[in-house]
Amino acid sequence: MYPENLKYTKDHEWVKIEGDKVKIGITYHAQDALGDVVFVELPEVDDEFEAGESFGTVESVKAVSDCYAPVSGKITAINEDILDSPELVNSSPYDDGWFIEMEVTDSSELDQLMNSEEYQKYLEEEE
Amino acid sequence: MTLKKTPLNEIHKELGAKMVDFGGWEMPVQYKGIIEEHNGVREKAGLFDVSHMGEIWVEGPGSTKAVQNLVTVDISKLVPGKISYTMMCYPHGGVVDDLLVYKMEEDSYLLVVNASNKDKDFDWIKENVSGDAKVTDKSDQTAQVALQGPLSEEILQKLTDVRLSEMGYYTWKWVEIDGAKCLVSRTGYTGEDGFEIYCDPQDVANIWNKILKTGGEDVQPVGLGARDTLRFEACMPLYGHELSENITPLEAGLGYFVHLDGDDFIGKDALIEQKEKGVPRKTVAFEMLERGIPRANYKVYKGEEEIGYVTTGSHSPTLGKSIGLALIKSEYAQKDSEIAISVRGKKRKAKIVSKPFYSRR
Repeated sequence: MYPENLKYTKDHEWVKIEGDKVKIGITYHAQDALGDVVFVELPEVDDEFEAGESFGTVESVKAVSDCYAPVSGKITAINEDILDSPELVNSSPYDDGWFIEMEVTDSSELDQLMNSEEYQKYLEEEE
Repeated sequence: MTLKKTPLNEIHKELGAKMVDFGGWEMPVQYKGIIEEHNGVREKAGLFDVSHMGEIWVEGPGSTKAVQNLVTVDISKLVPGKISYTMMCYPHGGVVDDLLVYKMEEDSYLLVVNASNKDKDFDWIKENVSGDAKVTDKSDQTAQVALQGPLSEEILQKLTDVRLSEMGYYTWKWVEIDGAKCLVSRTGYTGEDGFEIYCDPQDVANIWNKILKTGGEDVQPVGLGARDTLRFEACMPLYGHELSENITPLEAGLGYFVHLDGDDFIGKDALIEQKEKGVPRKTVAFEMLERGIPRANYKVYKGEEEIGYVTTGSHSPTLGKSIGLALIKSEYAQKDSEIAISVRGKKRKAKIVSKPFYSRR
């Protein structure tokens, strides 16, 4: 449920490092806690965000949740598929349900993210 | 505070339900998912645990007069076996609670009230009942499940000899289900056909399991999440949203359930006055024209003017659209007129549409 090749944030997002870019989505836990995702709002390509800044929202039938940029950078791509088919966030949180791709400004910010094991420990503590 | 549990609590957990605090009760919000459960009820059938609801009895020679003084409908026409949806109001016209009144016998009424209001309601009823009527809170001695959806009759019929096809909407009967005496009414809170089944807490687990087993593929357990989206599409009010101490039945669009030319009841004078002067606010249904999901308490605008707020908003599983109910100034309540909903600081266009969003064929 929490792939080893990804990094994780305390806001329940995953980060996949691909060279100087990162792909970002929400974790299995986040989509499970939200329930059926029915709406996603994403930024536009070339928008810039500081680490910790809200870049979009994800809404389920019952809940609204902000998405936060895990690192600082510029948007290079967004997943338009989840705008029309938000259920992909539930059915495929790590693949078809990705949210955004960013160019990382400061790669040292990546060091502060959790690995799979640390994230799972974090989840246990949060329960 | 420890959460109260219904007799089905363990069963919900075994079924994999997500449990939440609802008005002090630990209740299932969903089992498999709100949308799947919602669609299951619209297309086949769903089973709800609603044992948290309050059951208050008013009995005795003075009971008819006592109940009439409390509720907005004319109950003189109610005969044993019939049920009426109604509201209790404060003297200023705001709503204490909405409820079902079951006429049990000539001098006996069952009032089914919202779980989160039960203690308040019981106090209100006791305070305002005078004369020869006895008020008893039997909520702890009563369990309740609701079987809702187009296949409900077919499923429940396999478990009883009483001919359910002869039961009209908003009527009740004593029905034996697998040896247990139950009060069964053709009522519900989903906009679908269905039944509400009241029984002894000791019998409810067996009844729950028997219905699921008998219905097989055609029935699934449904949580409070889908209960809310189902009632919302049918534009059935939820206390705390469409109704409250600060909203009158007339503002909520429930004038049909307010009989101002019948016997007196608490709040009647205020409601007559409001009707004569003109109801200042109206509850309207709207659908979003732009992206975004309206949520309760989001502000509603006409141009720059703030004209009201959203009482309930959601994505509609049946319609696949974002829809809402809003309480707005009456002068802006025309159908097809455009309004704007402030979705987290951004004004999004919406259009007023007819109520309800959904009604069964």
